[in-house]
Amino acid sequence: MALLEINHLQKSFGSLNVLKDINLQVEEGQVIAVIGPSGSGKSTMLRCATTLEQADAGDIYYDGEPLIHMVNGEAVRADKQQLKKIRSFFGLVFQDYNLFPHFTVMRNITEAPVHVAGVSKEKAEERALQLLATMGLSGKENYYPSQLSGGQQQRVAIARALAMDPKILFFDEPTSALDPELTQEVLKVIRGLAEQHMTMVIVTHEMSFARDVADEIIFMDGGVIVEQGPAKQLIEDPQTERLQSFLHRML
Amino acid sequence: MNWGTMMQQLGMGMLTTLEIFALTLVLALPLGLLVARGRMAKNPVVRGIVKVYISIMRGTPLMLQLIVVYFGPYLLFNTQISAGYRFPAVIIAFVINYAAYFAEIFRGGIESIDPGQYEAAQLLGFTKSQTFFRIILPQVFKSILPSVTNEIITLVKDTSLAYAIAVTEMFTLAKQIASQQASFMPYLAAAIFYYVFNWLVALVMEQIEKKMDHTGSKQRS
Repeated sequence: MALLEINHLQKSFGSLNVLKDINLQVEEGQVIAVIGPSGSGKSTMLRCATTLEQADAGDIYYDGEPLIHMVNGEAVRADKQQLKKIRSFFGLVFQDYNLFPHFTVMRNITEAPVHVAGVSKEKAEERALQLLATMGLSGKENYYPSQLSGGQQQRVAIARALAMDPKILFFDEPTSALDPELTQEVLKVIRGLAEQHMTMVIVTHEMSFARDVADEIIFMDGGVIVEQGPAKQLIEDPQTERLQSFLHRML
Repeated sequence: MNWGTMMQQLGMGMLTTLEIFALTLVLALPLGLLVARGRMAKNPVVRGIVKVYISIMRGTPLMLQLIVVYFGPYLLFNTQISAGYRFPAVIIAFVINYAAYFAEIFRGGIESIDPGQYEAAQLLGFTKSQTFFRIILPQVFKSILPSVTNEIITLVKDTSLAYAIAVTEMFTLAKQIASQQASFMPYLAAAIFYYVFNWLVALVMEQIEKKMDHTGSKQRS
């Protein structure tokens, strides 16, 4: 069974059809990059999948657990209990980090494990230190987010998400707010996670990163998936004219 | 009358002033938070009622509100007013008045929080109340601190309004002594008292602000 399965997902804002018919399967260990021009619906798809927006129609299953599914043409949505379970299944790294500014780096990472998952403070802190080491942020545990660079903040945000042991990690344009040098620090960390076979869905504008790190790339435009395939093949041999012109503009 | 006797008399008033100040602060802050939640409620009836309440509290003088709270029971229900009701009346009037102001400050602070904070907290699995008390409220406190300091300083001076219903806080006593002795000294003492009181308030609030400031001006390692 796929870790995440999305069928015929639709979403409109008013009269604007942002997602028309999205189908996607994410298997364990897979890294999927989602590319496409601004307004193509890729962030909306991510927000629907991560419960931040309500889809209008379609199915979203996490390991078989439905977030939304269609019964006789009617959308049935997860209840509170299911929602809680589904949210514990994935983590999300935001474009603008959304760290908690009043907490130290340590508390940003340990707050949810301790107060949501019920892990002991000692265990959570031990784990946080390990995660910070993986992120190249050893020694930063007592800093406040505002004392860190954007790249460092984003890596703390990744550590914060990983501390809850998600089965899938989503990234919503994780490097869009960063300058090129800081972008590389963050991409390096994501690359490291890919090598450890962390299941990830990454919305990104970094084409070469997508090609090198993702197993599969999805190209979205106008609320539909226009092209989908193995990463290298899709970037190097685009089949549709829309992807060709998009890549032409990006590279 | 020498300084010593005068200060002794004023001292009793100062205690009452401090009591009004402390009780108002301790009660009006949480009530203000509750009122702010009501002001932002989804239910339009609740929101409407709270809006009218805030509007009245802010739109009429506190002195008038004091008089209404104190004499209201007699005027409305013909209840005998005991002298013992004076102090509670002051506290009631001050608390409902200041809660309205605090509520608007809280509302501004809560609305200024980035929606991304709620999203991050929600996806990490925090409940609504955990999100509010652990993630949102501490940030609200920090952002509203300067406005709250202003209100607290105003409150220190407003305590003198209690003389309107003859509660013997410090200013009431200062006035009495001044007219008995035909002396300006009690007023001077009162002025110094208010000034020092507010100076301490400003000092304490500044310390709290410093403690909550994580803007990177000072590194902690």
